[in-house]
Amino acid sequence: MLQLEKIKEENKDILRLIGEVDASNSVLLDQSMQEILEQGTTFLLIDGSQLSYISSAGLGVFMSYLDDFSERGIRFAIFGLNEQVSEVFKILGLDRLIQIAPDKSTAIKLAHES
Amino acid sequence: MSPKLKLSCCTSALVELRSFLQRSLEAYGFSEVDRHQVTLAVEEVCTNLIIHSHASNPKEVIYLEVKELKEKLAIEITDKGDAFNLLEYEVPDLKKVIEEKRKGGIGIYLVKKIMDEIEFESKNGKNTCRLIKNFPSSKMPK
Repeated sequence: MLQLEKIKEENKDILRLIGEVDASNSVLLDQSMQEILEQGTTFLLIDGSQLSYISSAGLGVFMSYLDDFSERGIRFAIFGLNEQVSEVFKILGLDRLIQIAPDKSTAIKLAHES
Repeated sequence: MSPKLKLSCCTSALVELRSFLQRSLEAYGFSEVDRHQVTLAVEEVCTNLIIHSHASNPKEVIYLEVKELKEKLAIEITDKGDAFNLLEYEVPDLKKVIEEKRKGGIGIYLVKKIMDEIEFESKNGKNTCRLIKNFPSSKMPK
């Protein structure tokens, strides 16, 4: 099961993922990302602290937005991933393409620097 | 006895697959990270079969069996129908996937990175994919 929460904080959008992302629900993640993008976000953080599992269907969603983010100058980072999920990002080398931080304040700092 | 599962070909059954694997993998001394990754690899193969070989038809099924071999564990995935030989599947370049904004194609990449060996055979309309992970050397199963 996947639950998505959108949070607005000053100039930042936070998308909190709760549960598991797989091929049955990755479309929901895609829709939320799309909506946040259409609302003209300039700073998007993914709160992954309650994400227990993500398969390639979910990782593919993040990857499909990376070019858009850099073209539009949107700051993007993911934070709070547990060890198992974080390892999956590393297998794909996504930790070199996406700012991944242990916590929110580090994520904000990293996204500013990128 | 080797744990078995009959999985319906719809993506909503993936939850059931994950809990089956988490349970079945517990006995072999794998770390939590390894169990998570093996679960992911098996799910990626099954997702491919469900969507591409069986067009998400819940009436069709995939069979899974977890087999303990000497010094390694094999997860055997069998189905009937169009064969998807992941050994022949060319892993896409990550940069290309990003450029083309493709949302798929990286699952098999994960499988190949995670598993130690992959075997595939297709005989009389039955396809068998065997995903093999070596046991951690320090902790052999009893």
